[in-house]
Amino acid sequence: MSVMFILLPVALLFSAAALAVFVWAARAGQFDDLETPGLRILHEEDTSLPPPPAPRPSRHGWPGAS
Amino acid sequence: MNRVDERVEAGISAPAACAHCGLPVPAGLIDAGAPRQFCCEGCRAVYAVIHEHGLERYYALRATPAPAPARPSERRFAELDDPGFAMRACRRAPDGLLTTELYLEGVHCSACVWLVERLPRLLPGVAEARLDLPRAQVLVRWDPAVVSLSAVARQLGALGYAPHPARGAAAQAVRRREDRAMLARIGLAGAVAGNVMAIAFALYGGMFDGMEPEFAAFFRWASLAIALPSVVWGGGVFFRGAWTALRARALGMDLPISLGLLAGFLHGAVNTVRGTGEVYFDSVTALIFLLLCGRFLLRRQQRAAGDAAELAASLHPSSARLIEDGRAREVPLEALVPGLVVEVRAGDVVPADGVIVAGRSSVDVSLLWGEPLPQAVAPGDRVHAGTLNVASRLEVRVESTGEDTRVGRLMKLVEEHARRRAPIAALADRISGPFVAAVLVLAAATFLLWSRVDPARALDHAVALLIVTCPCALGLATPLALSAAIGQAARAGFLIKGGDVVESLTRPGRMWLDKTGTLTAGRAMLVRWSGDESVKPLVAAAEAHSSHPLARAFLGALGEPAGGPVQILETHGGGIEAEVGERRVVVGSPDFVASRAKTAPPDLAREVDALTGDGLTPVLAAVDGTVVAAAGFGDPLREDAQAALDRVRELGWRPGILSGDHPLVVAAVGRRLGLLPAESRGGVAPEDKLRAVTGAEGPVVMVGDGVNDAAALAAATVGIAVHGGAEAALAAADVFVTRPGVARIAELLDGSRRAMRVVRRNLAFSLAYNVAGVALAMSGVLNPLVAAILMPLSSLTVIASSYRARTFRPRTGEAAPCR
Repeated sequence: MSVMFILLPVALLFSAAALAVFVWAARAGQFDDLETPGLRILHEEDTSLPPPPAPRPSRHGWPGAS
Repeated sequence: MNRVDERVEAGISAPAACAHCGLPVPAGLIDAGAPRQFCCEGCRAVYAVIHEHGLERYYALRATPAPAPARPSERRFAELDDPGFAMRACRRAPDGLLTTELYLEGVHCSACVWLVERLPRLLPGVAEARLDLPRAQVLVRWDPAVVSLSAVARQLGALGYAPHPARGAAAQAVRRREDRAMLARIGLAGAVAGNVMAIAFALYGGMFDGMEPEFAAFFRWASLAIALPSVVWGGGVFFRGAWTALRARALGMDLPISLGLLAGFLHGAVNTVRGTGEVYFDSVTALIFLLLCGRFLLRRQQRAAGDAAELAASLHPSSARLIEDGRAREVPLEALVPGLVVEVRAGDVVPADGVIVAGRSSVDVSLLWGEPLPQAVAPGDRVHAGTLNVASRLEVRVESTGEDTRVGRLMKLVEEHARRRAPIAALADRISGPFVAAVLVLAAATFLLWSRVDPARALDHAVALLIVTCPCALGLATPLALSAAIGQAARAGFLIKGGDVVESLTRPGRMWLDKTGTLTAGRAMLVRWSGDESVKPLVAAAEAHSSHPLARAFLGALGEPAGGPVQILETHGGGIEAEVGERRVVVGSPDFVASRAKTAPPDLAREVDALTGDGLTPVLAAVDGTVVAAAGFGDPLREDAQAALDRVRELGWRPGILSGDHPLVVAAVGRRLGLLPAESRGGVAPEDKLRAVTGAEGPVVMVGDGVNDAAALAAATVGIAVHGGAEAALAAADVFVTRPGVARIAELLDGSRRAMRVVRRNLAFSLAYNVAGVALAMSGVLNPLVAAILMPLSSLTVIASSYRARTFRPRTGEAAPCR
């Protein structure tokens, strides 16, 4: 059972990593608008028209936050 | 009167649907030869733009028809290219592209997202357009070397989404940052709560089956280490709140929460170090997580309502058309100074107070002063900023601008009163004082009792009581119930800016209603027609050639105009004289018609007096020299007004009318609604409305839509702005009703009552749990496992009770309102 002394810290490390990702996502504004991206995905592009310039997402999502 | 209403209905419900917005096309506009029908020029123009760029997919993507006809904007938006604006509102990226945010009017569905985000294809130089649908804001990134922001705005306007520069961008960025930080905090609290709970399960297992002491100690130390960041970072919100409240000599929900959290955490920490006794880390961390969630939800709901009101507030004109050397050009509003001459086109809002130098038109002052009928104006007349020019082009010499205008002075009053109003103590905060006192007394009693029975366990039991009474459910009870209710309210068409508003609406007092636009439709309509029915087509044919507002009201009500050639002989402020086919038709004010008609039956003359007595505007019609009909125009009561007012009374409110309209008209409306003469006040200036609100005893609710109501809305206990109102009224009000009709007010009151019933039910639930917890703690049987079951259970009860409740949800069978 003494493997617990290793397992528990390892499990906590995994949690910490997941938490770090969540905090990063929250700070980058990934959760600011939960409605529009879900609609956007429905609009698959027409191939007959030239594709729009590739959007370059800024690191901080909405620039207002940076 | 009924007959007229039927005719009005018949005029509107034509079979053809508009190709753009899907609304019925009025009979007069149906073009039998055209492949597509349009309900208005706006829709036609937007359809042309969409068609021209090959974007018809928009119509396929759109699941539901548009909620309103398109109103493409023809403004030039020159003020957006001003270097000052670029400095204030735009951000420059290293690659030279500029970024800004614009509010868009009229975005409502997924197809709008698609259309707006096709902007880079429509306009070379635009790199990206991203729409945030809930906020109705589009983020535009463009290359200033290729395209100007005004061109971007014009293109959006041509698509029917009139853009407005987003205001308060700095404040918005701050709030967004706060929201994100709160979310990160919730994430941490949630992760901690989950892990501590997993470890606690092992410890609970040890409680029954026994556990080697070194494992127990390891698990406790691990829980302590994990719980620490959650208590410091997440619980800090409550500690700070409690401390701020204490320093202000006030009590709030934060105080008992902090007490329970600190007692639980410190007790656990001490017991961990000592290696004996109970630890409550799982309860404490779960509590922090749930409470943070409750706070976040409430704030988000309130903010959504605030954002919507702010959006509406940014919709007023920020430019004027200055006339220089005989040509008009667009300038920022700030550039206007007294003495300049501006052009006000039909449909434009007058930008400043001034005197008309050229042009004749009618001006809609209903939003400003509450008079429903547009007023005819001619050179030499005064017009005020904020009024709407309805008929034709005017040139106005500016006399005062900005804060010096009549509207500007009113808005200053609004600001003063918005600041002065004291916040209302929420129900939960009011009970927190006695709650803290009771908990402390009970904890002391537990300690004293147990120190006689078992002194070694006395402190443990007292602390257990503090933890189990930590008002988790109590702290969630109000915010959850209110945020759920505010969310439902928003879907039902009520934007409520705060939870305290819901509570205030359940304490009846005086309710002042504005008449124009609230109790009535807010526009002139044909109310009564007496005389020959057969002349209606003749009258309609003559009136079709007049731009007078009453003529337009006539057209909607009289049905098809007579065919045949129409020749206008004379038109004048008082009426119109025309030859329709072979017949000579005169329509106009009694004086105008009397001077042109030879004979008039006496009963029609009496009818004119009767119409005037009923507060209606009389209009006579004569055919071939004989007066044949008398029509009465007015602003009729909404059909639902009587029922709604009865319901308002039933709920204990004392309704009354405060209107800027003529006292005779207001008295007539009041009589029909069964109000006392003292309660239907007409001819009330904005300042008098304010006085009526501030002078009243007890809670006062003000319902209004105009700038003239804004100060009273801001000063009232609760200000309710109704659909179609002026922006100033929206900004000042606590509730914005997005659907027309006074029946909505009764719905709002009913919904608030239901919401407060849920709040009270939640409070009762959580107090019951607390009583049970206290009983267990005092009898000494409480242990961490019981606490860990009891506390989340109470929270879950409250959550379920809040989100299951039907407060503002529209009843089944009623169509869900369009967003």
